[in-house]
Amino acid sequence: MDAPKLLVQGVSKAFRDGRRSLEVIASIDLTVAVGEFVSVIGPSGCGKSTLFNIVAGVEKASSGLIAIDGEAGGARAGKSGYMLQQPLLLPWRTVEENVMLGLDVRRVPRKKAQHEARELLKRFGLADFAQHYPATLSGGMRQRVALLRTVLFNRTFLLLDEPFGALDALTRLSSQMWLLDVWQEFHASVLFITHDVREAIFLSDRIYVLSARPARVLRIVEVDLPRPRRPEQLALEQSVKLEQELVALLLKEQQL
Amino acid sequence: MKLRWIAGYGPAFVLAVTLLACWELYVRSGQISPTVLPTPIGIVQALFDNWDVISGHTLQTLLETVLGMAAATLLGLLLAIMLDVSPWMRRAIYPLLVTSQTIPMIALAPLLLIWFGFDLGPKVLVVTLYCFFPIAVACADGLASAEPELLKLLHSMRASRWQVLWLVRLPGAMPAFFSGLRIAATYSVTGAIFGEYVGAYQGLGIYMQTSANSHAIVLVFAAILVTAVLSLLLFGLVSVIERIALPWYHGTHALWQRG
Repeated sequence: MDAPKLLVQGVSKAFRDGRRSLEVIASIDLTVAVGEFVSVIGPSGCGKSTLFNIVAGVEKASSGLIAIDGEAGGARAGKSGYMLQQPLLLPWRTVEENVMLGLDVRRVPRKKAQHEARELLKRFGLADFAQHYPATLSGGMRQRVALLRTVLFNRTFLLLDEPFGALDALTRLSSQMWLLDVWQEFHASVLFITHDVREAIFLSDRIYVLSARPARVLRIVEVDLPRPRRPEQLALEQSVKLEQELVALLLKEQQL
Repeated sequence: MKLRWIAGYGPAFVLAVTLLACWELYVRSGQISPTVLPTPIGIVQALFDNWDVISGHTLQTLLETVLGMAAATLLGLLLAIMLDVSPWMRRAIYPLLVTSQTIPMIALAPLLLIWFGFDLGPKVLVVTLYCFFPIAVACADGLASAEPELLKLLHSMRASRWQVLWLVRLPGAMPAFFSGLRIAATYSVTGAIFGEYVGAYQGLGIYMQTSANSHAIVLVFAAILVTAVLSLLLFGLVSVIERIALPWYHGTHALWQRG
């Protein structure tokens, strides 16, 4: 009855480069339950982003099954909110208009889209910036706007690929707490890609650790910290131990 | 603000005035007859004395230029979008486009006259042929420069090809489009005059020709002066339109807010 939000079964991906074939993902099984926050960590260049693009429907898998809400057939594009490390805001649109972008693509009437964007900006403390252009915002602000754009397009399933990777430590921490706030508000299911172990521990219910290319799942870790999460929890003994374990695991995988 | 303005335009202004002064003094010193090379002051004087005639020609030329620019803008945008539709289209159209620019206008203009007559049409056509190329190329480059990540984002939202064009690529190409438009604006008046030179009832081009034929060299210069002013005005107009149309692109980003 209760299908997971995302089911990935035996997904593999190989790129053809002339006669040679480059295997990026060996075979991955992964699930994200409804309302669950799942992170994927792995050494850089391991194919995390490829997996992510496959789930988003931007790339095709070579083999395997991907089901969102139990539906495996049909196009996956449009079934998730997709966000990358770069905010990718349109410089000619104001913050409010940027947040509306997904609704414009869906051809939601302008008035209605505007109303929804305003409510969202108000709820998450960005109302004062609604009429600003992105060029006037700080990096952390831009990522928040990008996240709200993602949420407004699809608030039930968020695909986030290192969304805070380019931010400084403090901005990153406040953005992470802000993301948890957004996540709780909408009971969203999240697939979060990062190479920052602490970030994964702080945010997630479960962490998938991927191997170096070709990627397969090395370990699945349950993060047993109470919610709501607070930064202090990262200093707990169990967190520190988990962090060291995962870092050691990743270091072994990291090539070069 | 004022100081910056002076710093920006001051050097060009000083140089221009110096050159004009040298010219004026050289002719006045009797090295050359003013009927062969009129002095700058003489040219301005002649322009005012003959303004009732020249203004009519100027209006005609301006009309041709503006119509030609409008047609070139439409054609340029259309071609840029066509180039962008598929790599296949690009490979087919681009070489033809470049080749079209190698046809000497001096050969083509008389033919246009034979085919289409002495009226407005062929002049507008010459302006269009002069101007569409920089617009098309600049705009096509602008369309091609859209960030791949941004296209992925739109793809993940299941945007149609036309939505991607309309929501992301075309607005993103506007700065490049305006660069092309500014280059076209500087060409455009010259294009119109060229079209008239070959044969026309009215216009600065034909005015220059008849003046030269009657050895009224000062009037040729007066017409050249009008041409230069017209070109600069058009260039300025495009820049002003750009500033209004792309507030996000220009100047003090931080201060700009939409009410």
